[in-house]
Amino acid sequence: MTTFDATASAAPLLEARGVTRDFPLPRRALFAPRPVRHALRGVDLDLAAGASLGIVGESGSGKTTLVRILLGLDRATAGTVTFQGRDVRPGSPRALRWLRRDLQIVLQDPASSLDPRQRVGSIVAEPLVCLDIDEDHDARIDEVLVAVGLEPAMRDRYPHEFSGGQQQRIAIARAIAPRPRVLVGDEPVSALDVSVRAQILDLLAALADEHQLALILVSHDLGVVRYLCDDVMVLHAGEVVERGPSVAVLGDPQDDYTRQLVSAVPRLPPNLMGEVE
Amino acid sequence: MRRIVRILWRTWPGRIGAVLSSVMVVSALVSLVWTPYDPKRVNPGERWLPVSRDHWFGTDGGGQDLFSQVLAGARTTLTVAVLSVFIAAVIGLVLGVLSAITPRWVGEALAHVIDVLIALPTLILALVLVAALGGSVWTISLAIGFASGVVLARVVKAEVARVLTQDYVLAASAAGSSTLRTVIRHVLPNIAPVVIVQLSLVAALAVLAEAALSFLGLTPISTPSWGRMLEELQQSASVHPWAIVFPGLAVVAATLGFNLVGDGLRDAIDPRLRSRVALPTLDLAGTVNQGPNR
Amino acid sequence: MTLLDVQDLTVDFGDGPVVDGLSLSLEPGDRVGIIGESGSGKSLTALSIIGLAPDSATVTGSVRWNGEELLGRSDRDLSELRGDDITMVFQNPLNSLNPVMRVGRQVAEPLRLHQRLSRGTAAARAVELLDQVGLPDPANTSRAFPHQLSGGQRQRVGIAIALACQPALLIADEPTTALDVTVQAGVLQLLRDLIADRGTALLFITHDVALVSGITDRLLVMRRGLVVEEGPTTEVVTAPRHDYTVELIAAARATALDEEERVG
Repeated sequence: MTTFDATASAAPLLEARGVTRDFPLPRRALFAPRPVRHALRGVDLDLAAGASLGIVGESGSGKTTLVRILLGLDRATAGTVTFQGRDVRPGSPRALRWLRRDLQIVLQDPASSLDPRQRVGSIVAEPLVCLDIDEDHDARIDEVLVAVGLEPAMRDRYPHEFSGGQQQRIAIARAIAPRPRVLVGDEPVSALDVSVRAQILDLLAALADEHQLALILVSHDLGVVRYLCDDVMVLHAGEVVERGPSVAVLGDPQDDYTRQLVSAVPRLPPNLMGEVE
Repeated sequence: MRRIVRILWRTWPGRIGAVLSSVMVVSALVSLVWTPYDPKRVNPGERWLPVSRDHWFGTDGGGQDLFSQVLAGARTTLTVAVLSVFIAAVIGLVLGVLSAITPRWVGEALAHVIDVLIALPTLILALVLVAALGGSVWTISLAIGFASGVVLARVVKAEVARVLTQDYVLAASAAGSSTLRTVIRHVLPNIAPVVIVQLSLVAALAVLAEAALSFLGLTPISTPSWGRMLEELQQSASVHPWAIVFPGLAVVAATLGFNLVGDGLRDAIDPRLRSRVALPTLDLAGTVNQGPNR
Repeated sequence: MTLLDVQDLTVDFGDGPVVDGLSLSLEPGDRVGIIGESGSGKSLTALSIIGLAPDSATVTGSVRWNGEELLGRSDRDLSELRGDDITMVFQNPLNSLNPVMRVGRQVAEPLRLHQRLSRGTAAARAVELLDQVGLPDPANTSRAFPHQLSGGQRQRVGIAIALACQPALLIADEPTTALDVTVQAGVLQLLRDLIADRGTALLFITHDVALVSGITDRLLVMRRGLVVEEGPTTEVVTAPRHDYTVELIAAARATALDEEERVG
């Protein structure tokens, strides 16, 4: 999918080793030890520059927790996360600026991830302002709006004037504005209509290609992951049960859970119309 | 402002409220530059005159023109209302936002403090302040503003907590926004509709409270006030029942006006903006919203 | 006698029709799907059939149930039908179940209301139904509150409620959208089995093309209130004719796992 030369980058951009996250639960009995929910158990992850990784899991698999830890929004109980060699640890917004410059996120619900009271231009410029990016903000806003398939004139409108697909494009424009090296998508197309999904995924692929962006796509939708990601890792109850190239893992799963997951996905009857692109 | 008027004009309560409040504001402003007669001018020769073309509301026991007094009183009432709203807004927003964004223990403790303060009755608080600092427009406004402010803080805390769960706040963090910036640029504008509605009710309350307190004689004599007019005219009400009607109506109209403004605005915010069916709505940004998924 | 005969159903909120002249007919035991994206009017169609469209909507046309006209009937009359002859399963089980009422009692409610069963009989029947929808330990589960159950379990409860009075028609509006894929497969299978056993007609509304092709025999494709294509499900999905349908199916195929890739 990407034409970026993967062999040129040796060290992984983002690395996680043995990430564990426990959540203490309310005590049941007065003297019994507190029960613990093991949201993540020793998860490893490697992301090279320009790579695309899908993280697949159902609810309760720990994928949301993992994303939060990777973004420095939560602290792992054990294990390490490093980005370009630096430790990723939660802290004040200022302390995490270095990470935010290179790691951006696109969220699931475009309607709620855009501030309804701000104009599009201001929304897209926000990371530029907050991260103190030294460049002509106005020019950059125009640039990214065009890059996601919108028009520069749209910067003066409000989010609710756009369709779901367009709103997600705005969210993507905001995410790529600071020229990050990694883009994390947390169910970025799940809230969108089916006909729009492929368009947004294509957009992400094109942007990744053009700007050598590494992608992490978190999703419960196996088809979406297979469409966009070269590699996939399957999370179940906080553990990585299988990982590898998407086509292989999803086409011929080795792990029982993965097999169960793959066979549960509803299938379409075979196409009788000839080649569909 | 224009959007607010547009929203108010859509429903009958809103219209009536808008008209009444405007009349009051205009009266107050007009009285700054002109009144038919000097409200304080005593004229023993013209006592208890009925409604006429010379005296639109008649005169009172001292020959003072009632209409001029009502106009001047509007000024005081409006001043108290505006000051109270301002003080309530500052206290409500600061306390409310702080208790919503500070870490667990601090926020909860602050919320409990706010709850205790809410228990203080407004008028008693006003009496205490007046006793301590002397009766004036400022002390009354301070009392009303403080008491309303803590109630507002509760509402603000809930709204801020709601906004903080929204994805755009998370997105702002991901973009590197500092806490202060997030509060100013994302939280405040999004709680504004709810706060505005609450503040209009504070204004209504302020009108009543000011009338009550000056009725009790707690405001200086030099300040014209509807409440004091009521107190003075009340003594002769059995003989001259018509005079007292005018300041009474003024208080009712002003209170009703602000209350209806609050109602009219409230109708415009919650249900429509959050409706699931694709109805076009006019939200406070003044732009047409086609509803979700369009 | 045609079970459900909808002719020229139009729903308007004053700003143009959101459902525009829809016609559809169902015989007993038919399994029909309505597929569409957001704004297509599919959910509103379902709600309008049983008279649950919002008050601000103007509904015109004809909806005949066993020959009797339903549009314009009083809410009281329609309430007798709802839950008894025509029932509905909704998308989000967390919202459609009463959070402060035990699950067993919610299943028993339609039985008490429509079949006038005594409390004891209805409760026993409710436990039976919970067993039939595959819930473990049905006697104890019936005493649970909705939040104590998982999403899939709640949806099974929703199905139990819907099938309690042996309806002739079950309308399912995105019943599995909020569920995990593995849970979805189970719930779908349950639905398939239960309506086959009882000969219940099914109206299945969804945006998921793959899903609908596994549980319906006939399919209507809606777009902005209009039915753009109609026909046997397999035909519509494998050889669509209308431009929009072609586009929709192609998009669905792009992000779907192919038939060929099925394992085992």
